[in-house]
Amino acid sequence: MIQIKNLRKEYGNRTVLNNVSLSIEKGEIFGLLGPNGAGKTTLIRILTMLASHSGGAITINNLQLPEEARKIKSLLGCVPQHLNLDGELTAWENLELHGRLHHIPMQERRQRIDELLEYVELSDRAADMASTFSGGMKRRLMIARALMHRPKILFLDEPTVGLDPQVRRRLWDLILSLNHQGLTVLLTTHYIEEAEALCQRVAILEKGKLVITGTPADLRCKVGQYAVEWTESDGIKFRFFTVRAEAVTFMNSLDTSTTLRNTNLEDVFVELTGRKVRE
Amino acid sequence: MFADIRTVVWRDWLVLNRRLGRFILSRMVSPILYLIAFGWGLGSQIQVQGGSYLDFIVPGILALNSMIMSFNAVGTPVNMSRLYYKTIEEYQIAPIAATSFVIGKIVSGIIRGTISSLVIILLSFAFGATLTVHGWFWLVLLLNCALFAALGFVAAMMMNSHEEMANFNTYILTPMSFLCATFFSTDRLPSFLHYLVEILPLTHASKALRLAGHNQDPSLLSVGILLGYFLTFLLIGVWQMKRIKG
Repeated sequence: MIQIKNLRKEYGNRTVLNNVSLSIEKGEIFGLLGPNGAGKTTLIRILTMLASHSGGAITINNLQLPEEARKIKSLLGCVPQHLNLDGELTAWENLELHGRLHHIPMQERRQRIDELLEYVELSDRAADMASTFSGGMKRRLMIARALMHRPKILFLDEPTVGLDPQVRRRLWDLILSLNHQGLTVLLTTHYIEEAEALCQRVAILEKGKLVITGTPADLRCKVGQYAVEWTESDGIKFRFFTVRAEAVTFMNSLDTSTTLRNTNLEDVFVELTGRKVRE
Repeated sequence: MFADIRTVVWRDWLVLNRRLGRFILSRMVSPILYLIAFGWGLGSQIQVQGGSYLDFIVPGILALNSMIMSFNAVGTPVNMSRLYYKTIEEYQIAPIAATSFVIGKIVSGIIRGTISSLVIILLSFAFGATLTVHGWFWLVLLLNCALFAALGFVAAMMMNSHEEMANFNTYILTPMSFLCATFFSTDRLPSFLHYLVEILPLTHASKALRLAGHNQDPSLLSVGILLGYFLTFLLIGVWQMKRIKG
């Protein structure tokens, strides 16, 4: 669905994306994982044509970017990290504006608005100004807006940042149900649990470079499925094991108190880059 | 393309229509003050070019007001939308041409400038001004609104903070408000200043509106200069919208 080859983005002397190559398959939820400043948002902005790229090639649904930008735009839905609803319009008018900009015929547009407001559970707030909505409601309305023109691919840039855990879970359910309907989803996140809960495959980005790509299970296996964690005077220490019995033997050999747990993507990230995802 | 322009205008009209009453009332304050101070107060004591000062000043106030209204109707919201609210991205990721967005915003600026000008025309009649409002008059007025709406767009895309936008007003619009044949004839200015203000668009808008308002044909050179400025700002605006990508 999306092929990215040797993608580069430079701002003056600063390289933000350094020869990134990725392939995202139709119907999958693909996660871009990395700390702030890793280049995740820049990659999404390039794919949605909000930013240009300095080098490399991008193909979306066999269409070249940026040459066939107009056709590609019809295939994409985008929910940016910042809340960019039009606060001077109601929820209904925000969707109506999007529908008009995407040339959806009036009858279909009106029907779609009703459907989507129902889907994101905002029907009773249709006539209220978007500026009066809570963060979670705004995010849901932005997802509805991005779905108005029935895109084939949905980009979600840090979809749950700043939301409380309950609202986050609700959004995860929404994203999963969209994916079950066949929508390809590319999301960026620096929440490990979000990537693990939603993504069929993830790519780890660090300082503009692609570190590794694979399923969360595959990536965990790369470092070992079991993690032993203990505390020393200079901080928390880890060691990873592929066999549980080896991990238990190692725990018994230590004098200090230890914890045995399953490896997560944060461990993979730390092991591969030497940094924490939320640094 | 026409449908996309209509969509951009539809959104802006929706927002304006919600506060049309307040908008019209607020647009009446400055013109009433100008008309009282320069029309009744100062104007009752002086005559300009053989006529009343009130008749002289009304086209100037119209040119000045339509400049400020159209500029701010586009400049401030587009600047805020680009820098703070990021709502401009909704148009950038949509399959519409940059030209449609820019023209749509300019049309919205023209609508606001024209409504505001209508308020002044009605007020000036109430104050006893004699003004002929015909085809040339409307053409010049609309052209003035269009060129300053386009300049508002250019400034909004160029300025990177609210403060810079305010500075643009202070250094560009305010001097033009006072110097460009709005309140007095530029013939009495020192020659270097006279030639300087002659190249500014508001001078031509004031002079053309004054002639048209007194039932004479405006200079085609003035109309041409206004048109030239408008097309230049329009092209720059479209170019800026296309290269907004970081």
